[in-house]
Amino acid sequence: MVEAAYCNATGFYRVSGVVMRLVIVVFTLLFSMVANATIDTYEFKDDATRERFQQLTNELRCPKCQNQNLAGSNSPIASDLRREIYRMVEDGQNDEQIVDFMVARYGEFVLYRPRVTGNTWVLWYGPFVLLAIGAVVLLILTRKRKKTAVIDETLNEKDKARLATLLDKGKSK
Amino acid sequence: MRRLVLFVPLLIFFVMGGLFWKGLQLDPTELPSALLDKPVPVFSLPSLLDNDRVLTQKDLQGKPALLNVWATWCPTCKQEHAQLNKIAREEGVVIYGINYKDDRGAAKEWLRRYRDPYVLNIYDEQGTLGLDLGVYGAPETYVLDAQGIIRYKHVGAVTEKVWLKLRTVMQQVSTESQG
Repeated sequence: MVEAAYCNATGFYRVSGVVMRLVIVVFTLLFSMVANATIDTYEFKDDATRERFQQLTNELRCPKCQNQNLAGSNSPIASDLRREIYRMVEDGQNDEQIVDFMVARYGEFVLYRPRVTGNTWVLWYGPFVLLAIGAVVLLILTRKRKKTAVIDETLNEKDKARLATLLDKGKSK
Repeated sequence: MRRLVLFVPLLIFFVMGGLFWKGLQLDPTELPSALLDKPVPVFSLPSLLDNDRVLTQKDLQGKPALLNVWATWCPTCKQEHAQLNKIAREEGVVIYGINYKDDRGAAKEWLRRYRDPYVLNIYDEQGTLGLDLGVYGAPETYVLDAQGIIRYKHVGAVTEKVWLKLRTVMQQVSTESQG
């Protein structure tokens, strides 16, 4: 009796394994359809325009979901903005016009590659300034070390003399 | 002098700590509006309640006012609605509404059910005005001066506390225009 029940149990598990697999397949299909539904399809007049669209949506930030670019976000605002950018690239507007359009509405914030302005100066050139400071400090330190090395030698001379006198004293005693 | 140099790391620690502390107080989701001190963008859209009536940016001029972006699909808009009703009725504040990417029927029903604090409502079905305003999440509330220039932007619900802030901005704006 016990054995039969055990067999039944494993049989049940086997069936449930198949069902489980089926469920997984069905769900995968379902969700892949959902995922496809959120990707909007655009037809471009040529490859250059498509590349520009991709580059722009990669470099512009989604205002709502802040750590995603427009290309990677599913939020409604990002899809609206992708549509606008599509309209503008198809319209033949250049990158600068499109970026200006975005900045005029959402501010400098939307640029993943910030412009060089008074505010962003530190961001762009700060690392070079720090590097220069580091170089200066290094230069000063090495110079100092050389000087101390020289002093060491003269001290050694003195020490030798002192040592000699001390040794002489020891001998005379 | 050499002794003092030893305190440099401690000094750096305090400066960094101060900056981080300040950084923690900031809300990274709050963007400054790119349209501050600029006029409301040019638009021409139907009124929510009357499809035949066309509203433009000129309809928002005349008095310092609030411009509130809302939609029925936006849960936070429901939260702030009572507060908007209160300030419109008790303090006589002019509130213009932008019904943003919404369904006209649902929006009308909403105003009928929860009362209508708005002097007028712009029906922005496609979200074009929202785009020009740089709206990235409803609700958003702008303070406009009498010339229809954007003076302040708040993203999120208008609570009692937020209203106090908006009110001081509005008072400032109205005294400026008088003086």
